[in-house]
Amino acid sequence: MDNHYYNSDDLKKFGNVGEFQKELADKFFSYYGEVFKDSALSAREKSLIALAVAHTVQCPYCIDAYSSDAFEKGWSEAQLMEAVHVATAIRGGSSLVHSVQMMNKVKEIAM
Amino acid sequence: MKSLKAQGNVLSDSEHQLEVLEKASLWTPFQQQLDELDLLPLRPTGLHIFQVNIGKMCNQVCKHCHVDAGPDRKEIMSTETMELCLQALQANPEIGIVDITGGAPEMNPHFRWFVSEIKKLGKHIIVRCNLTIILANRKYQDLPDFFREHGVEVVSSLPFYTQDRTDRQRGNGVFEDSIKALQMLNAAGYGKEGTGLLLNLVYNPAGAFLPPAQSSLEKEYKQALKEQFGIDFNHLYTITNMPISRYLDYLISSGNYQRYMEKLTAAFNPSAAYNVMCRNTISVSWDGYLYDCDFNQMLDLKVSATSQHISEFKPEELNSRSIVIGQHCYGCTAGAGSSCGGATA
Repeated sequence: MDNHYYNSDDLKKFGNVGEFQKELADKFFSYYGEVFKDSALSAREKSLIALAVAHTVQCPYCIDAYSSDAFEKGWSEAQLMEAVHVATAIRGGSSLVHSVQMMNKVKEIAM
Repeated sequence: MKSLKAQGNVLSDSEHQLEVLEKASLWTPFQQQLDELDLLPLRPTGLHIFQVNIGKMCNQVCKHCHVDAGPDRKEIMSTETMELCLQALQANPEIGIVDITGGAPEMNPHFRWFVSEIKKLGKHIIVRCNLTIILANRKYQDLPDFFREHGVEVVSSLPFYTQDRTDRQRGNGVFEDSIKALQMLNAAGYGKEGTGLLLNLVYNPAGAFLPPAQSSLEKEYKQALKEQFGIDFNHLYTITNMPISRYLDYLISSGNYQRYMEKLTAAFNPSAAYNVMCRNTISVSWDGYLYDCDFNQMLDLKVSATSQHISEFKPEELNSRSIVIGQHCYGCTAGAGSSCGGATA
């Protein structure tokens, strides 16, 4: 059997993290549950944000969970992909905007 | 697209379907789940809903259809069997609701007569109308008026408020025709405040997943359909797809069967188990046989009673019967539960 650091079956064990530290796990999952409830943003909108963030942090578990969740909540394939492009644009832009620092530095020292 | 039966697909055979489902020993037997809740044998709580499937003929061939209905299915209920249903209804005032389904029930040539006769008995009538039938032929275009005149409650599938998802499940062009039909029903007063004419919609997942929460999805449907098409309706029912017939075929051929069954079993909800629809419903097939629900009907699991046909309708015996269950029953007990009237828990 192949040995992988990431195993999709491990996602089902997420709730078991309380085995080593129950109090903090309980607090985290309670908070997590509250965050994703319908409120000022709908649970549906939050799911799409979660998908974009999942791609930004490149978490395979989160991508698995929120690809399903967001599709189940009615977002289309095109909408899911556009959300990932938003993440990509911010991620790429965050590198590119730092080039202003690079330019500043170079202009400072260049003749 | 043809029905599984017309294709000669092995899954058109109910025995084969049961073999596939019962092989699901990887998952806790449904019977054991009920046993742990002290619900075994599962007994009726009354006989309030008479669901009658008047034929497998349909103008659509939906990918998830548990009836395997379609234009190539010719099995429809005869007037003789309808007469027997009417006699049973007349003799049993406890039955308040008659839920007429199919196929497209309107394609049965005796449909309008049957509805009129049920109306005379003072029963509340539900018709499960697929919407597109209203536009399928000129002879059906007055159905909204016919429904209104008979005070029929209309329950219609609209898997989503977007064209893409609806057409993917129900066929090309279905969304556009469904929207037109809903506008015609609205024009007849259906779904409009103060008319008392009920128009309820049904959501089915277009894929291998469970429905989202019914109440929040209803809000989204209402907003989207009103803003984009000016459509009003009363309630949205979220219904879980049952691993039966064409949906079972989809699950197996797409490699989703095991994952879907795991989802259903992991989401077993005791509250939904107490409220399963088979506890207050009896289901009658096009040829007059009696079943605990429309799903058992399609699996040919007849009621556990000495009389299994409408010609010998024995309500006392039916009220004390042991309801026939199997692995497919997880479809009604997952998450918020599922029934012909939507979520149950």
